Amino acid sequence: MYDKGKILTGLAVFVVFMTYPFWNNIGRAAYVKPELEKPRMAKECVENVEYMRAEHMAMLNEWRDEVVRNGMHEYHSSFTHQTYAKSLTKTCLKCHENKDKFCDKCHTSVAVSPYCWDCHVDPKGVKQ
Amino acid sequence: MNTTRRCFLKLASIAALGWGGVRPAAQVLASGGAAPSEGLLFASRHAVHAGPHALTAKRWAMVIDTRALTSEIIKDMVEVCHRIHNVPDIPTKQNIKWIWETHFENLFLDDVHEHLPADHPQIGVALCNHCDNPPCVRVCPTKATFQREDGIVMMDFHRCIGCRYCMAGCPYGSRSFNFMDPRPYIAKITPEFPTRTKGVVEKCEFCAERLAEGKLPACVEVSRGAVVFGDLADPESPVRKALASRYSIRRSPTLGTQPCVYYLV
Repeated sequence: MYDKGKILTGLAVFVVFMTYPFWNNIGRAAYVKPELEKPRMAKECVENVEYMRAEHMAMLNEWRDEVVRNGMHEYHSSFTHQTYAKSLTKTCLKCHENKDKFCDKCHTSVAVSPYCWDCHVDPKGVKQ
Repeated sequence: MNTTRRCFLKLASIAALGWGGVRPAAQVLASGGAAPSEGLLFASRHAVHAGPHALTAKRWAMVIDTRALTSEIIKDMVEVCHRIHNVPDIPTKQNIKWIWETHFENLFLDDVHEHLPADHPQIGVALCNHCDNPPCVRVCPTKATFQREDGIVMMDFHRCIGCRYCMAGCPYGSRSFNFMDPRPYIAKITPEFPTRTKGVVEKCEFCAERLAEGKLPACVEVSRGAVVFGDLADPESPVRKALASRYSIRRSPTLGTQPCVYYLV
């Protein structure tokens, strides 16, 4: 093998950098699911909890398009057999009163920053 | 390659034949959208689903009585519109407006001359005309602005990329651009309606969100009868009755945009 030293050094550096996230986290505490504030008034969400946990972002995108582009403002839930307004502020935040203790908790811990709140308003956050 | 004249002419004639076939299709796709069936791609209209409480129409229109309007009424209309829609008040040229008071001669460039009677209205109110043939919809590259089947020219703020083609396209100046984050300039945020962000164009939407709840547009409600709103396709609607009762004009009709905001004179 020509340039054995350089190649092996290069490979070693590469492997060290690639595995950095793994060995850097050795010994650290495991990921803990954040404790969310549950709504006080409502017992169930528009769909079951597992579905909401996994699919709420897709559902909100769908709601957005249906309301703005097709004028469909109502959501018929096959879970609760009720009709809801497709609205972040008027439906979701009605029960989940505290955005800081619900939405933001998970979003912060998994390091995602959805831009919903750039425009949509958290009624609790309205300051005068 | 050795191209003879004969070869070239053959190729050219085949190409001409091909283009002749393609062009009608392109015209269908890009046509103006003056009728719902026209324009498959660029100016097509969105069907609107109506909820149980919604006000519906074939073609929404507004009729403004220029003689009944006073500066005070206009102030109320502007105030309520801008308050419920979180329209900021920015004290520079970069201000945002959905509806505003303006001089009569600014409204009707073609119709005003110096020998009008002294008592003719000096002011009027301007807003998006919700044209039947909206230039803003045709130029929008992302379809962020689109026309619903009931004629309302809507904005999908989520899709707007802030290119401002629509502002160049609109001959009425009905659109405003957010040069900065509007939130610091909103006196009191109404949580039920979103604000906008920097880099988004906005305009009047004929209160589509209120129509869906069965309410008339907010400006109509506070206009003390100076503005009526209804279905242009229904001969019994208040707008048709108002149009039948007096002579009416529209803003710059020669541009071919077919505005659906009428002014009684």
